[in-house]
Amino acid sequence: MQTNNQLLTIAVTGLNAIDSPGPGVAVIRALREGLPKPLRIIGLSYETLEPGIYLHDLVDKTYQIPYPAAGTETLLKRLHYIHEKENIQLIIPNFDAELYNFIKLGASLKSMGIVTFLPTIEQFDSRDKINLYSFGEKFDLIVPKDKTIYTVEELFACSESFGYPLVVKGKYYDAIITHSIDQAQKAFYKLSAKWGTPIIVQQFISGTEINIAVLGDGKGNTISSIPMRKLYITDKGKAWAGITLEDDSLIALAKKFVSATNWKGGCELEIMRTTNGEPYIMEINPRFPAWIYLTAGAGQNQPAALARMALGETVDPFTDYAVGKIFIRYAWDHITDVHEFQQISGFGEL
Amino acid sequence: MYLKKNIATSESGFIFNPTTGDSYSANPIAATILLKIKEGLSDESIKDYIKENYDVTTSQIEKDWDDFTNQLKAANLLEN
Repeated sequence: MQTNNQLLTIAVTGLNAIDSPGPGVAVIRALREGLPKPLRIIGLSYETLEPGIYLHDLVDKTYQIPYPAAGTETLLKRLHYIHEKENIQLIIPNFDAELYNFIKLGASLKSMGIVTFLPTIEQFDSRDKINLYSFGEKFDLIVPKDKTIYTVEELFACSESFGYPLVVKGKYYDAIITHSIDQAQKAFYKLSAKWGTPIIVQQFISGTEINIAVLGDGKGNTISSIPMRKLYITDKGKAWAGITLEDDSLIALAKKFVSATNWKGGCELEIMRTTNGEPYIMEINPRFPAWIYLTAGAGQNQPAALARMALGETVDPFTDYAVGKIFIRYAWDHITDVHEFQQISGFGEL
Repeated sequence: MYLKKNIATSESGFIFNPTTGDSYSANPIAATILLKIKEGLSDESIKDYIKENYDVTTSQIEKDWDDFTNQLKAANLLEN
């Protein structure tokens, strides 16, 4: 870790603090609170209206980067340019879709003097929703039954096996709960048109939705795990308010996941706890969730701990956190000027 | 009747279950009963306290007690 007079420069993606938010702004808040100053935050954005670009008290400078589909070479070229100007020491990527490229570029970035703290490609792929059922079986974790399908005809067999309601999920995002074959077919067409195939059809599990923010050190140790129950959910299924919980079984589940996979970096376990108390893992997001600032509020600042580990410091696992800490997200009209918008739109920097 | 150890209650009647994140508001008499339960008083002692301090018949207390207990069970606030 840097001493107080050395500038630490960290680049962060996911500045889209919108109704379906990226975690970047929350990660930056936690870094600013948990790391020694001076700290320079470089925002890496994809779109010109990501709010974090304009929040200059949080983000010192933002550079646009190419979309993940452009590939690793294009991304590396852009990062070279940014690094020459900013001397970045650490990058924390926060989008599922970009992680593959950043993981692939790990060695190249390291040779440039930039560290990351990310799962391996194998870890990243194994928890993919397409592989979730076999992942659960392999590591003795409770996951819903599912089937990956490529044609609409396969829905009939799924509905016979799983019954209704039936959850139809897109390859990357979106899930639709269906109650009849007609609805399931409609969901299949909608999601395959948006995200392509395959489509994942999943057994419906009813219960209480709980999320766990987890940080693993890559050696099987859980540095932090904070369970949170959503108190207010938006129409996009995102938590708009949530509260930290005290439940040893959820902490044990997080530790089991990390020790089984040697997970490196942050992740979010999406849990559905049934009325019988069974914790089904519904999805594993391979990065910090948008509500990650709650971990700092509860006494386990996960982004700061990740940064310390990435920069070579040994971080002991946290042992305590505040139960009953609540986050309430809010919307805030930030005022900027057209010249700022022009700057990021025209030059890709602000 | 025993409340789960980690259930938080306040004199104002706010109840918080930190395992589930659920919270409830109890009316003044329910809040008093919950505090007495937390103090470790037996069911009978609490019922005696209610008889002494409120204008209520024994049969009404028994009926209301069952109803209250069922609500606490349904809210998953009691030790099994």
